Amino acid sequence: MTTTEGTHHLPGSDGADGDLPASLLPGSEEYLEDPRHYGIEHGAPWPDDVPHGQNDMHWRYEDDERGARRAELRVAACWSVTLLCGIGLAWVYVAGGQPQVEGGLFALGFGGLGVGFVLWARDLLPGHDVIASRGGLTHVSEESDRRLAVQSLGRGLEPMARRPFLAKMLGGVLTVFGISLLFPLASLGPAVDGQFAVTAWRRGIRAVSEDGSPVRPGDIEANGVLTVFPDTGEDPGSPAMAQSSVVLINLASAPFEVRPDRKDWHIGAVGSQSCIVGFSKICTHAGCPVSLYNWSAHELICPCHQSTFRVLEDCKPIFGPAPRNLAQLPLAVDAEGYIIARSDFNEPVGPGYWNRPIRVNPNTGAAVRYS
Amino acid sequence: MSTTEQRLAAEKRQSLAKAGTDYIDDRFGSSPFLRSAMDKIFPDHWSFMVGEIAMYCFVVLIVTGVYLALFYVPSSQVIVYHGSYAPLDGQRMSEAYASVINISFHVRFGLIMRQTHPWAAVVFMAAIAFHMCRVFFTGAFRKPREVNWTIGLTLLTAVMLEGFSGYSLPDDLLSGTGLRVVYSIIESIPLIGTKLAFELWGGPFPGTSLIPRLFVLHEFLFPALLVGLLSAHLAILWRQKHTDFPGPGKTETNIRGSRFFPQYMLKGGAMLFLTAGVLLGLGGLVQINPIWLYGPYQPYNDSAASQPDWYVGWLDGSLRLFPHWEFRSFGYEIANPFFPGILIPGILFGVMYAWPIIDAKIYKDHVAHNLLDRPRDKPFRTAVGCAALTFFSVLTLASGSDVLGNDWHISYELIIEILQILVFVGPVVAFLIAYRACIQLQRTGNMIIKKPIGGIIVRGSDGAYHTLGDDHGGDHPTHAGDVPVDHRAGNGHRNSDGHGNGVAGGDVAAVPSGAAGEGTPPGGDPEG
Repeated sequence: MTTTEGTHHLPGSDGADGDLPASLLPGSEEYLEDPRHYGIEHGAPWPDDVPHGQNDMHWRYEDDERGARRAELRVAACWSVTLLCGIGLAWVYVAGGQPQVEGGLFALGFGGLGVGFVLWARDLLPGHDVIASRGGLTHVSEESDRRLAVQSLGRGLEPMARRPFLAKMLGGVLTVFGISLLFPLASLGPAVDGQFAVTAWRRGIRAVSEDGSPVRPGDIEANGVLTVFPDTGEDPGSPAMAQSSVVLINLASAPFEVRPDRKDWHIGAVGSQSCIVGFSKICTHAGCPVSLYNWSAHELICPCHQSTFRVLEDCKPIFGPAPRNLAQLPLAVDAEGYIIARSDFNEPVGPGYWNRPIRVNPNTGAAVRYS
Repeated sequence: MSTTEQRLAAEKRQSLAKAGTDYIDDRFGSSPFLRSAMDKIFPDHWSFMVGEIAMYCFVVLIVTGVYLALFYVPSSQVIVYHGSYAPLDGQRMSEAYASVINISFHVRFGLIMRQTHPWAAVVFMAAIAFHMCRVFFTGAFRKPREVNWTIGLTLLTAVMLEGFSGYSLPDDLLSGTGLRVVYSIIESIPLIGTKLAFELWGGPFPGTSLIPRLFVLHEFLFPALLVGLLSAHLAILWRQKHTDFPGPGKTETNIRGSRFFPQYMLKGGAMLFLTAGVLLGLGGLVQINPIWLYGPYQPYNDSAASQPDWYVGWLDGSLRLFPHWEFRSFGYEIANPFFPGILIPGILFGVMYAWPIIDAKIYKDHVAHNLLDRPRDKPFRTAVGCAALTFFSVLTLASGSDVLGNDWHISYELIIEILQILVFVGPVVAFLIAYRACIQLQRTGNMIIKKPIGGIIVRGSDGAYHTLGDDHGGDHPTHAGDVPVDHRAGNGHRNSDGHGNGVAGGDVAAVPSGAAGEGTPPGGDPEG
């Protein structure tokens, strides 16, 4: 239409004096020299470190029409790639999807979009390399503003401080009431009653393998290991079984050192071709299942942090961060020849915690000794 | 189209824009803000983009994460799988695990979304780590930006929590093992550990409450925290303006770079697209976290080569390298995982949070800065940073001790023993090398600055010499070198207060950034 739309006086526009058409187009001298354009407050002196006469309206191919045309084609080429990728993705979807092709098309499509934008900005758009004022070293306020703020704070705080009793009481009330607001959170977990030192093993309970079948001593070959669970009918992967997994080891003729108080905890004579011991599979370091067995050295190794336990010495930790032996499960064989537990463990299995007892009653799980 | 027609069309477009801004300004008075936002200048340096990459990773994470949440089932309920992935047919697994298998194999475009999400998470953490190193080594955390350093560190922590909680959601064998270790770490905290672990897991490990709770944390609580912190981080950046390296024409009170609109907005958008392209490319082409190979979590099972995501590796390594100590007296004990899992990370993060205060004390530097340090100019800080990075690297390496032992045919015991020594010796050596290197680079830099540096030296009407010229840009017709330098810029700058090296008088325009020595103003006098 016409250019007259810009001729009326623009409120707040001090560039227009009312008679001349005040163009809205950037690039006019008023626009380029307006201090606000360089981060300088209206009316503030022009700082030393902001050059005059900057012009950020130029762009790379401003004076090179053919160059600009080529730049435009480059951008268009990039975005054409994106367009083709979009069509390709639709085709891939209809065809049933294929992750590698999807990945390639997404990467190319977004890549073309992005590179196109970079080239457009670099070659055909202004706004490069300007020096402006930061408006001071930092955005600090005038001292008078700060004083006013402090006084406004004081308007309320000073009279409050004149009632020290109320201030102290409020502190106490908020503390007590604030703590009481935490009680809903406390309901997230049950009370700690020490019973979590208990596993599902009990006197006479059979050891079953992962598929639920009971185990005879002969099922474990020499130098072999087998992970077993108490036969409670629960799935071995269920949370109730998490503490109860036990690794049975057939030590063959290896010289297992039997502790005097654990004379009948293993099956078969030490040094015979079938001597089976059972240890908790839960690492005493961080609770991972001790899943690796080096049969030549009779060592159980935890895959998480490489704690290594010497089975022949009561699963004593000989390397790595585990601080304690693996707990031993007292074993026996029932009338039908299946492996059973004599009782639960007599110590908590797994990693340490603040109030961990060192002995528990294997029948009740109750803490017996703390030190 | 003739020039006149083009001009008329342009005027018409501007009138329309005016009508739009008038509408908004009549209601919000927002034109000054709009103008300053469009005019806002961002310094151009490649290293400043890495924080931006982190932000765009977050965008990709939100988009892919919302998509995945539409399919994910946050439930520990055990089911027997009969789905499209035949190798797992008939296996018992949690509904959570089954739903992730379903997203991966049954949902069209599901696998790429599911793989892009963890790829974006690990790249996110890498970008944050790089960004943080950049801020540390260049002193960008100094006054007035200490608060943003603190917010940034909190963001890092929140992203680690967000990442770890997301990594745990598929309920596969690897992530379940990770949760078992985390449970033990929490349980090891003196006095409150057991209760705290019970609160989080709803009872003893593993329970059935954690997966749905983790979903709430990963899906709502941590992202809300991240959005809040990131908004604060960016708002403060916007308010304080970006730092910049010293250079021609740059002072503590000006800023040199490209306008937000159109340059930065388009290039920032481009960066978002490029980041998304790379992440989706990785998600489609490079396998990550193949949980169908790990199998569902069973508390009695785990496998060799159990490692967490790379950004948690240092914590896992810390657990591996710490000796088998456990302290017990009066019937109470401080369990082993407390030291490497809580105490050491606590101390490290404590030092990182306090670093702006420590740094200000070391350098007796309490003034504000907008120009960055070159790392060599602060040898002590740089050396501390290198020592810390070495420490983290040794710990991260330790988290792969079993894999390294396997690959290199060395016993895992030997690797751990070597790393136990390296974790102490490495940082000391790194400190000494970095310190020495800084001093040497400073000297080299100083020698270079004594040679003629070119440029046009003019004598002003006041008799003083000034250097014109600009080694920056050159492909744009507009740069400061094209305009006469205002002679008032020469000296007597209002920030020439002699504190530290934060001061750059106008003369700095003539000096390449190599002049700064520790504790001396970088400007100096090139002629003097």
